Amino acid sequence: MEGKNSNKKLNNAGLLLFFLRGSKLLFAASMVAGFVTTLLSVVIPQIISFTIDCVIGGERPEGLFLRLAALFGGTDAFRRDVWMIAVLIAAIAAATAVFQYFSVYLNGRANQTLMRRMRDLLFSHIQRLPLGWHSAHRTGDIIQRCTSDADVISNFISNQLVSLFRIIILVALSLALMFVMDVYLALIAAAFIPILVGYSVAFYSRARKSFKKCDEEEGVLSSLAQENLTGVRVVRAFGREGYERAKFERQNVYYTGLWVRIEKFLAAYWTTNDFLAALQCMLLIVVGTVFCINGDISEGDLVAFISYNTMLMGPVRQLGRIISNMSRAGVSVARIGEIINADEEEYGEAYPVRGDIEFRNVGFCYEEGKPVLRDVSFKVPQGGTLGILGSTGSGKSTLMYLLDRLYPVTEGKITIGGKDLEDIPPAAVRSSIGFVLQEGYLYSGTVAQNIAFAADGCGRDEVEGAARVACVDENIRSFASGYDTIVGERGVTLSGGQKQRVSIARTLLRKTPVLIFDDSLSAVDSATDAAIRSALSREFGGATVIFISHRVTTVMNADNIIVLEGGRVAEQGTSAELLARGGIYKRIYDMQMSLPEDVEEE
Amino acid sequence: MTVSKKNPGRTGLSAVAKLRPFLSPYRGMFAAMMVCTVLVGVFNTALPLFQQYAFDNFIAGKTLSGIGPFVALYVACLLATMALDYVASYDCCKLEMYTLRDMRRAAFDHLQTLSVSYFNVNSVGRVHARVMSDTSNIASIVSWDVYQGGWNVTYVLSAVVIMFALDAVLAACVLAVVPVVALASMYFRRRLTALNRSVREINSHITGGFNEGITGVATSKTLAVEGKLDARFFSDTDRMRREATRLGHHRALFYSMIGFASSVALALVLWYGGAIAMEDIGWLGTLTVFMTYAQGIMSPVQWSVDAIADLITVKVNAERLSALLSARSDVRDSPEVIEKYGDTFRPKKENWEPLYGDVEFEDVTFRYPDGEEYVLEHFDLKVPRGTNVAIVGETGAGKSTLVNLVCRFYEQTEGRVLIDGRDARERSIGWLHSHIGYVLQTPHLFSGTVRENLLYGREDATDEQIMDACRSVNADKVIARLKDGLDSQVGEGGGALSTGEKQLLSFARAVLADPAIFVLDEATSSIDTLTEDLIREAIERLMRGRTSFVIAHRLSTIRSADVILVVKNGKIVERGGHEELLRRRGHYYRLYIEQFREEKMKSAFTDKQE
Repeated sequence: MEGKNSNKKLNNAGLLLFFLRGSKLLFAASMVAGFVTTLLSVVIPQIISFTIDCVIGGERPEGLFLRLAALFGGTDAFRRDVWMIAVLIAAIAAATAVFQYFSVYLNGRANQTLMRRMRDLLFSHIQRLPLGWHSAHRTGDIIQRCTSDADVISNFISNQLVSLFRIIILVALSLALMFVMDVYLALIAAAFIPILVGYSVAFYSRARKSFKKCDEEEGVLSSLAQENLTGVRVVRAFGREGYERAKFERQNVYYTGLWVRIEKFLAAYWTTNDFLAALQCMLLIVVGTVFCINGDISEGDLVAFISYNTMLMGPVRQLGRIISNMSRAGVSVARIGEIINADEEEYGEAYPVRGDIEFRNVGFCYEEGKPVLRDVSFKVPQGGTLGILGSTGSGKSTLMYLLDRLYPVTEGKITIGGKDLEDIPPAAVRSSIGFVLQEGYLYSGTVAQNIAFAADGCGRDEVEGAARVACVDENIRSFASGYDTIVGERGVTLSGGQKQRVSIARTLLRKTPVLIFDDSLSAVDSATDAAIRSALSREFGGATVIFISHRVTTVMNADNIIVLEGGRVAEQGTSAELLARGGIYKRIYDMQMSLPEDVEEE
Repeated sequence: MTVSKKNPGRTGLSAVAKLRPFLSPYRGMFAAMMVCTVLVGVFNTALPLFQQYAFDNFIAGKTLSGIGPFVALYVACLLATMALDYVASYDCCKLEMYTLRDMRRAAFDHLQTLSVSYFNVNSVGRVHARVMSDTSNIASIVSWDVYQGGWNVTYVLSAVVIMFALDAVLAACVLAVVPVVALASMYFRRRLTALNRSVREINSHITGGFNEGITGVATSKTLAVEGKLDARFFSDTDRMRREATRLGHHRALFYSMIGFASSVALALVLWYGGAIAMEDIGWLGTLTVFMTYAQGIMSPVQWSVDAIADLITVKVNAERLSALLSARSDVRDSPEVIEKYGDTFRPKKENWEPLYGDVEFEDVTFRYPDGEEYVLEHFDLKVPRGTNVAIVGETGAGKSTLVNLVCRFYEQTEGRVLIDGRDARERSIGWLHSHIGYVLQTPHLFSGTVRENLLYGREDATDEQIMDACRSVNADKVIARLKDGLDSQVGEGGGALSTGEKQLLSFARAVLADPAIFVLDEATSSIDTLTEDLIREAIERLMRGRTSFVIAHRLSTIRSADVILVVKNGKIVERGGHEELLRRRGHYYRLYIEQFREEKMKSAFTDKQE
């Protein structure tokens, strides 16, 4: 699907038009059908009027009716066969039904097309926004925008705008016909419209705050219950059931009272609104009767007039609610615009990248003035292994994010095969680097699907092979459905160690020339850690491998080890060299390899 | 009570009958609402008669005599309708909110009397939905559906009566369309419900897709699978478009058909009624009445079909609620115990003895209610006052069993747990709990202020006592850091605080309770060294002089325990003192060394930074 030109920022209207691409015609067709439906529906009262005045009353039809009646053999034909009126009405009703069907159906179809486009655009756009953007936004908030705000927009276009259009057409048409029939009566009818609309706009705009307050208070009540249930052990152990009961009761009563007070106004609003509408209807009947007796208006016209008025009042009374809700759409469009107007990464072409990796005086900061990495230099020859040892927050993961072009280097230079990383597009870098994150995300689907997800056209054999290297094959087989076990949001929850090993298997299947393990064995015990590493060197001997860990045993066999401390390289060399130096590495090594004092004594 | 007559046809109603206790207090309100809504229905149906009168008397007779009283009566009618409807809808709302309040209260209060085992079997999410949503559905249906039902039924009935009174054949013309509308409604209702369900399901897939795309974004980038995720997501949105469009198709068809049906009724009225009116011009008003009913009667018919579907759902809701309300706790006090010590909400504290602190397991056999295997078999253990018991083992090994029994969260299957030499069941659960201090692995705080949370330990503690307790477990440092001190809000689930801070506060809470028995589930996750030291110190002080059961992860806690129980696959495999167990070189030996390495690994970096 065609995306948005990434340089152009869209304003609210531009964004709506951008989303409407592909569904505009459908919406237009639906509106045309709706327009015809409205036209047809205003015809029926005319027929009734004609029936009453000319067919029943025997008056001579005027103008258009005369000519139309002539088509059927004149008024007399209708007088002889009243059933023709019934057939005529039924025919018009059938046509109305057909057009109404198309209007509603096409509107739904258009709306769904719009929704699909909006969701698809948002999804692929968000996928491609830089990691920096993601860390600056909360997941819940983004999801909220993609779901609720998108719904508000769709409702605005497919429901509010369309209803507004339909109501305006209906009001205009009916009022016009009413004015033709009798100006004074029409004036009475029309006078009530602004009153009713104004009344409901005023009410809904004021009530919205109260409704929101109620929702919030119910939220409080709901989380009281939630906290009580999740904290059931604490409640029981401290014997505070009575206190909890009182707390819940207080909020429960408060919330109930709040609603009842609001409903008092709501009930008053509805009933007065009903009363106003009924009063208007009464006025029309009384005044209409007087006019009818004076001969200003015919009986048939009076009945038609009342029909039009009934037809009008429903939509007019909705109008206030629609208008007061429309203001919400602007906020939602702006919130989605913020996402759409953020710049995507420029991926470029994917091609294999090989060669020695070199960091030259690399520095980086997420926030201005707070450097995470300073002056980091090292080299990993093609096919070599590197170990990075450091504590949480020493910047070891960030170092690898830079290598994978997840964040841009702020100082210094990284090269692969002598070529500046900045000149290698992210798509190429990432297709050549297998990066296993500390907490890899498992997608919903089966274990097998997850492992095969990043590689193309993998058979079950290859999946199982990768799982064996990652030492997770046995675990997977122990699940009731084996490789077909569903994992992810709706599936089985794997333990931290199992997740890490499935992530490793998934990355191994990609068969990339570079492999990075970012503390990805932290939840695995030392023995399994060692088993995975030996299987790796057996099966992936030719790959450049980088291990990040806080466990000495994980990095100690690497060709080169970097000890990171506070974003700087504190020590560098092979394990033997570093041990001989007697620095931090030695200290950490000794601590991690020692036995408890009381055990050594034995 | 005798068993009620077996009547399978009434099983559906029996669930609804369980709601009676919630409705009966509002009988008066209910009756007022019904009377008013029925009267509103009658008035609404009668309004077209004014139009009829205007046509048949004033217009046909070409006279305005009597128009004064006519208008007066008309306005009076409208005013009465307004007043009645106000009473009906306001009462309806009160009925909804009051029954909702009462049901939620009953459900919540009942849950407070259930043992922990209930919450292990029933997920929090589901129980929460019973308290919040099921009740809300029931309340809305027993109020609004009844209110609208009263109106709709009255409208249809009085319209039918008026129509037959005016002209039987014409009435039959209008009613001829009703079965068609009813059948169509039933058919479409079923289709629409099924389609709606499927659309909702796809929708939750789409939300899940967004969630996946956003939370997994780093993984997706490193794996370069953005395109594949797009394809997956697009297939969901496409399915959504197809299914929702089908839903739209059915909805459009349904509405068009209903509209058409009422026009057909109108056509029939004009055909037959027109012929009569040609003979008798005074009949015009009657014709307008029929025209109004022909169009007005369709929506009540449609409504009634919806209402039947609502009744089916309310049955499910009511069943769920009554299942919750009739759930019985696994761990219950006997009537004699309640007689002496009181129950959950009416404790007789004056009869509560002090608790000294001896705990003894005597030939205890235990199996979880939802488990198959016995996790304890003929287990004996004496824990004299002041003894510290550490329970160690791998994650998921079943370390909490013993704690669950001490706290009476579960009841042993066989054998006895003795507290101060007497069977724990001889005294109330409330009494036992009032002497237990409990700190969870993931400390649970309630939203509210720090003070409210601490008072959980002892309701009547003064600020002085609170601060003393805090000082004794280093929690005073947490409070000093907070802007509003004890009055600071901790946020939902204590979200405004770090895990370490929450832990210290939950220690303080336990200290305030000054328990004879202290139960601690130690956190596995490491906290920064500073807090770690504060916590270690706090634990030592808390355990001193108290009988304690600790699910231990820290070497310091384990080493200082008097008795160590080693749990593997749910069972206790080794027990004894630290030295003794080490010498045995068994499971404990291996666990200890592994734990030591873990701790060293974490401290290797952090120690260095100090």
